[in-house]
Amino acid sequence: MLHIHINKVLHGSQGEMSLEVNLDINEGEFVVLMGESGAGKTTLLRVLAGLEKSEGSIRVEGKSWKEMSPQKREIGFVFQDYALFENMSVKENLLFVRKDKALAEKLLTLTELTALSSRNVKSLSGGQKQRVSLCRAMMNRPKLLLMDEPLSALDANMRKRLQSEIAKLHSAFGTTTIMVSHDTEASYALADRIIVLSQGKVIQDGKKEDILQKKTTVTYALKE
Amino acid sequence: MIDFAPFILSFKLAGLTTLILFLLALPFAWWLSQTHAKSKPVLEAITALPIVLPPSVLGFYILVVLSPNAAVGGFFEDVFGVKLVFSFTGLVVASCFYSLPFMVQPLQSGFESLNKHMLEASYLAGKSTLQTIWYVALPNMKPALITALIITFAHTVGEFGVVLMVGGSIPDETKVASVAIYEMVEVMEYGKAHIYSAIMVAMSFVVLLLVYVFNHKQKKIGII
Repeated sequence: MLHIHINKVLHGSQGEMSLEVNLDINEGEFVVLMGESGAGKTTLLRVLAGLEKSEGSIRVEGKSWKEMSPQKREIGFVFQDYALFENMSVKENLLFVRKDKALAEKLLTLTELTALSSRNVKSLSGGQKQRVSLCRAMMNRPKLLLMDEPLSALDANMRKRLQSEIAKLHSAFGTTTIMVSHDTEASYALADRIIVLSQGKVIQDGKKEDILQKKTTVTYALKE
Repeated sequence: MIDFAPFILSFKLAGLTTLILFLLALPFAWWLSQTHAKSKPVLEAITALPIVLPPSVLGFYILVVLSPNAAVGGFFEDVFGVKLVFSFTGLVVASCFYSLPFMVQPLQSGFESLNKHMLEASYLAGKSTLQTIWYVALPNMKPALITALIITFAHTVGEFGVVLMVGGSIPDETKVASVAIYEMVEVMEYGKAHIYSAIMVAMSFVVLLLVYVFNHKQKKIGII
């Protein structure tokens, strides 16, 4: 179980705003985080990863993460811009996280990247890079997988493909996942639960069927 | 017969200075690239001083500080028995001050040019700052790294004013190539001065050419 109780003042384009989030997320749950630009979605992920400081508490399986460094949190993070290690090949990107060749091969097989394993990541397409980024995030068998708009930089075909690979990995590993997304189709396909943030506050939280039926919220979330 | 001892001494001085400065400047340049401290511009200005100061001014202050009558120079002579003026050791210390900006500035701008998310991905993979610098940052900023090392080396080889003030001209101890040329001109040995100067011009040109060719190639293959 992940308990999030955080408070952080953000200085955005629309002035000062307070990010106040109180959530409990169950183990193995797939949560999609929606909301307009500047609502605090990425900041929430970064606070959970330990990349930004905040007031309050974060507890995972009874352990406090508040003072824990990002290195010790056992988090997988998929960045919107892939953030791959460009001096390394696909396989080296994975093995840099953990020298576990069997797991690397399993992940590359699941995402159909085995043929590209020796290729330098600079030579890959955007969709391939994001799949490598997803595999890399799974290499330390994370307690929590955080994905910051992993689908947004991809075309429709690539989006569908990555969406199906995210689903495959989630069913294979059962990792608790929080994904920021504006894509209703992908959110509906992947999420167990959808949370909508606005101005740093949770304004909707529930099952995907309930949230995505509320047209006002969806329109709001898709304003991008 | 040409005496190559001054050249050998110049290269020994430049090699040692480059090595020492790399080890000292690396953590400093990293810190400058990551910090938002108010002291940053002050430290950047101090680091850049040797670029604008006349070598005689820098040499004068280094001479004052390293002199056996001063606190620092006296301490080294009393405790370690090391003389820091008119000695090769003193030249190395003076060169480290003189060439400091040529090592720090390219490294700092190299670190600043890196994708911040790539560094964060390394932390989230459990890697320490040192591991991140060594395995992720430096390999992804090779042109900046090569520029820092080569320019520091070449700049130290070409050093004259500071060397003359702090080291004088003691054969096999402080008489480097640039000082030897100065002395040849003083005693009107123009033939020898021509040969020495031509060697310096040729070597400097080859070194700079290598840097530019390397950086051009890196651009072509998409590293920068």
